[in-house]
Amino acid sequence: MRRDTAVRLERVTKAFGGRRILDDVSFEIARGTAFCLLGRSGTGKSVTLKHIVGLIKPDRGSVYVEGEDITALESRELARIRRRMGFLFQNAALFDSISVGENVAFPLRRHTALPDGEIRKRALEKLDQVGLADDYKKMPAALSGGMRKRAGLARAMALDPPILLVDEPSAGLDPITTGEIDELLLTLKKRAGTTLVVVTHNIPSARRVGDELAVIEGGILIAKGTAADLDRSSEPTVHDFMQSSGAG
Amino acid sequence: MVELIGKQVAAILGWTGAVFVFGVRALREAVRPPFELRELTRQVFEVGWRSLPLIVAAGLAIGVVLSMHTRASLERFGAEALIPGGLALALVRETGPLVTGLLLAGRVGAGIGAELGAMRVTEQIDALEATAVDSFKYLVVTRILACMIALPILTTVMNFTGIIGGFLAETVITGMSFRLYFHRAFSLVEMTDYVPATLKTMVFGFIIGTVASYLGYTTEQGTEGVGRASTRSVVLASILIIVCNVVLVKMTFFVFPEAAG
Repeated sequence: MRRDTAVRLERVTKAFGGRRILDDVSFEIARGTAFCLLGRSGTGKSVTLKHIVGLIKPDRGSVYVEGEDITALESRELARIRRRMGFLFQNAALFDSISVGENVAFPLRRHTALPDGEIRKRALEKLDQVGLADDYKKMPAALSGGMRKRAGLARAMALDPPILLVDEPSAGLDPITTGEIDELLLTLKKRAGTTLVVVTHNIPSARRVGDELAVIEGGILIAKGTAADLDRSSEPTVHDFMQSSGAG
Repeated sequence: MVELIGKQVAAILGWTGAVFVFGVRALREAVRPPFELRELTRQVFEVGWRSLPLIVAAGLAIGVVLSMHTRASLERFGAEALIPGGLALALVRETGPLVTGLLLAGRVGAGIGAELGAMRVTEQIDALEATAVDSFKYLVVTRILACMIALPILTTVMNFTGIIGGFLAETVITGMSFRLYFHRAFSLVEMTDYVPATLKTMVFGFIIGTVASYLGYTTEQGTEGVGRASTRSVVLASILIIVCNVVLVKMTFFVFPEAAG
């Protein structure tokens, strides 16, 4: 494994109820790069992300994050690794009993000793980055799907993690906001050197953000490379995907 | 038929065992840092303070009803003077703890089951874990401890409001003074009546918190699963409280023989 590898999956296999969701999946993501996972719905993209954050353990294979095999870690050690990652869930998964601002402040309250005023200031900054500065006090139920998604992204960025896992960031967003989120992700990558792992159906977005793209089909990683590499692929699924303008 | 019954019994035993292991894990985790005191305080408020109106209303009503029933029975023997003491004993020893346990199983058990179930199906529990928070400690341990702390306090409130309810009924019928009523009520009640009966409600709290948290935390099958977790929390916690009460009363009599007198 290269020293500058942020995430590596090694022959990961996972089945639920006898159905194989991931089948011998291996890939490596270099630090400070953006890796986009493409594929049809239900092909195992979100499951792959959950493996990286340790929410799901593989039946076989290993998951390395910053050089550590997280499948062998105890919960406290895993928590240490998780503090270095941010995760945007497909449905945002905001805590619905607290306000949007407190959702973003939550990781800061848990893992830093910052004073309350500083935590609020940072949470507000993150919300501002996703265009929700005026919604600090709103409850998650009062937000639209797209706004929830952006609030979830703000929460994922709260601790300025070196690795950001993002599950369908553009789902439910209009094209302009999608472009803004793409810009935000690119800025994070360029300025902070954040490693991005993005699951998306949005091909234009993947082309814009991704240094490397991979396509999963039926739990198998069928293609991996730059957008130009995938454009030249003779694999029908990859070809269909890359030629589609699928947004959201 | 025998095979079917055997399977059912095995399923019930398996489920009870899983809940027991879940509860024991919570108690073990409760003594390990971090202690999640902020969330525990919030849960004690949710379980205890927010249940207070229900407990006070139920206590007053039970006190009035018990007083009327006791009067109807004791009047026949000309023993009306024993009404306050009899009522206080009945409340402190059994009615207060059991009714509080069952009411909380309904209010709090359903709430915890539904809340954790909804958090599970909307991936909020996964989000906690992804934020490097031990969701079991944060959500489950705090709720079980909150139930164990709140139950004895609410039982004491239930006992007092029940006695006040009895006094209200009595003073309307006989005009008995507040002072005389309370003197007679507490003349029969000993600490051995109050302490074991009230402490056993900690076990009721453990049952409510554990059953509801287990069903909510392990919810599957979307919103249907949430509804099922909520309903089953109430039913199963209530059944377990009633069954455990029999065992706990027997144990109390064994440890405090004077309480059986």
